[in-house]
Amino acid sequence: MRAKIRHEFLYFALRNAKLRIGLSILLLFAAAALVGPMFARYDPNAYVGPPAHPPSPEYWFGTTTFGQDVYSQFAHGLRSTLVVGLIGGGIGTMLGVLIGLVAGYRGGLLDEILNMFTNIVLILPTLAILIIIAAYLTVRGILVESIFIGCTAWPWAARAIRAQTFSLRVREFVDLARMSGRSPLKIMLTEIAPNMMSYLFMTFILQFGGAILNAATLDFIGLGPTQGMSLGLMMNNAVLWAALQLGMWWWLIPPGAAITAIVGALYVMNVGLDEVFNPKLREL
Amino acid sequence: MGRYLGRKLAIYLLTFFFAVTIDWLIPRLMPGNPVDTMVARMALRADVAEVLRSYYIRAFQLDLPLWQQYLNFWIALSRGDLGISTWLFPQPVIAIIYRAVPYDLLLLLPAILLSWIAGNQAGAMAARVRWLDNTLLPLSYILTATPYMWLALLLAWALGHVAGLFPIAGAYSFNIRPHLSWLFIRDLLWHWFLPFTSLFLVMFGGWAIGMRNMIIYELEADYSRYLEALGAPQRLIRKYAFRNAMLPQITGLALQLGAIVAGTLATEIVFAYPGTGYLILQAVQNQDYFLLQGCFLFIITGVLLANFTIDIIYALVDPRTRLGMTGE
Repeated sequence: MRAKIRHEFLYFALRNAKLRIGLSILLLFAAAALVGPMFARYDPNAYVGPPAHPPSPEYWFGTTTFGQDVYSQFAHGLRSTLVVGLIGGGIGTMLGVLIGLVAGYRGGLLDEILNMFTNIVLILPTLAILIIIAAYLTVRGILVESIFIGCTAWPWAARAIRAQTFSLRVREFVDLARMSGRSPLKIMLTEIAPNMMSYLFMTFILQFGGAILNAATLDFIGLGPTQGMSLGLMMNNAVLWAALQLGMWWWLIPPGAAITAIVGALYVMNVGLDEVFNPKLREL
Repeated sequence: MGRYLGRKLAIYLLTFFFAVTIDWLIPRLMPGNPVDTMVARMALRADVAEVLRSYYIRAFQLDLPLWQQYLNFWIALSRGDLGISTWLFPQPVIAIIYRAVPYDLLLLLPAILLSWIAGNQAGAMAARVRWLDNTLLPLSYILTATPYMWLALLLAWALGHVAGLFPIAGAYSFNIRPHLSWLFIRDLLWHWFLPFTSLFLVMFGGWAIGMRNMIIYELEADYSRYLEALGAPQRLIRKYAFRNAMLPQITGLALQLGAIVAGTLATEIVFAYPGTGYLILQAVQNQDYFLLQGCFLFIITGVLLANFTIDIIYALVDPRTRLGMTGE
C-alpha cells in the first residue's frame, strides 16, 4: 500500500510541468554552486586583473572596479546563498512546526501565550530586527546570519501549522492514540505531523525562498557576512563602487538574476507540489 | 467593532513595548561594546583612551543599574529623544529621521496603493481570460521572486544608464534647491519615477497572483454555484467573488508590510534616494548606532500605525467585523 502511494505521488510529480521546470532550475543552480567554485581560478576577493574589464575568455564574467574576478565571486556567492536558504529555511520551518504543533495540540493558556508571541513577531518587520542584530555583531559569518534569519522567519509558518493542527487533533485516530496512552510528544510527531507532511514540505520551500531574499536584502544593506562572499554582498559592492554609473552590467546583473531564478523556481515548484498533493487542483 | 479594534490595539501596544525592549537590549546583549569600538576607532594613546572610555560610559549612563538604564530609555523616548547622531554630529537623530520621512512616504504610499489596486484588477481579470492567465501568471511569479534591489538596479541600468531617460541618483537635481515651483516638482517626479516603478512592479506580481487564486477559489464556492444555478449574470457573480476575495488581500497587505518596507529600504539605497533606507546605509557604514536604533524604532512605529490603519479599513469594509459578528 505504502509503495503504491509513493508510486502514485511520483507519477503525478513527474507529470507536473511546473514541478519539473522548477526542480530543474533549482538543481541546475545547486550543481553550479557545488562545482562552480572548483572552476574559479582566483580567490573571490583577490585583486587579480585589470579594473572594470568586461567579460572575456580570461575573466568569464568580467572584473570589478578593483580587478576582482566576478565569476569567482559569483560561484562562491551562489554557494553561500543556497547554504543560507537551506539553514535559514530549515530553522524557520522547524521553529514554526514546533510552535505551531505545540500551540495547536495543547490549546488553552499555552496556546494563548504562544499565539500572542507569534502575532507579535509576525507584526515586527523581520528585516528591521535583523539589521539591529547584525549591526552590533562585529564578526558575521554565513552560519550566524542564517540562524538569525531562521529565528525571525517562523511566525507565519507557526500560525498556519497551528490552524492545521487544530483541525487534526479532534480526529478519531488522534483520540485513539491518546486513549492508548501515547505521550503528547509522540502523538504530535507520529500522528499529526505525518498527516500534514505535504504542507510541511511546502512550508519549507517557501521558507527557503524567503531566507534567500532576506539574506540578499541584509547583505545589500551592508550587514552581510564580514568574511566570504554572497550574491547580496556582490550587489552591495557594485552599488557602492559605482558599477551603475560606469555601466558595468556584468557586475550588476548576474547576482540578482541568480537569486530571481532560484526563488522563482522555488515558488513555481511550490505551486506544482500543491497540484500534486491536492487532487482537486490536478489538471488531468 | 470597538472590541475588535481594542483587541488589535492591545496587541500593537504590546508589540511596541517588545520592540523598544529589543532596541534597548540588543546593544547590551551583544559581544563587544559600542563604546570600546568607538574609542578603538579613534586610535588614541592608552591612558587617553581610558579617560575617554570612562567619560563615554558616564555620558551614556552605562554605569547605572540596568533597570534604571531601561527606565531612562523609555523616559528619553517619550520626549522624542533618540540620541545624537555620530555621522552627522551633533544633529539629533530624530531631526535626521524627520527629514527622511517625506521621501519614504512619497515612494511608499503611491507604490503600495497603486500596485494593490492594479494587481487586484489584473489578477481578477486573469482568472477570467485564458490567454491573460497564461501570460500574466508566469510574469507575476518572476516579478514576485525578484529581489527589490535587483529590479531597481536593472531599471536604473537599462532606463537610466543605457537609455539615459531618467536620473539614477538622488531625489532631485543637485543644482536645484527644494522649493515650491513647477520646475522643482517636475524634477522631483522625474527622479521619483524609477524607484517608484521598481517598487510597483515587484509588489504588483504578488497581488496579481493572490487575487487570481482567490477569485478562482471564490468562483468554486457554494454561493457562486447557487447564483449560477439561479441564472444570475456572470458579471454579478464575478462582482461578488471580487468583493469576497478582497478581504484576504487586505489582510495580505498587512502581512506583507514588513517585506515591503524592507524592499523600499533596498530600493532607496540603489537610487541614493534620501529616505530611511539611505540613512540606514550611511549609519551602517559610519557605525552610527544611535541613528540605526532610531531608524529601527521609526520603522516599527510606522509599520504598527499602518497595521492599525489597515485594521480600521478592514473593519469598515467587512460588515461582519463592523457588526461584531466574528471572533477575529
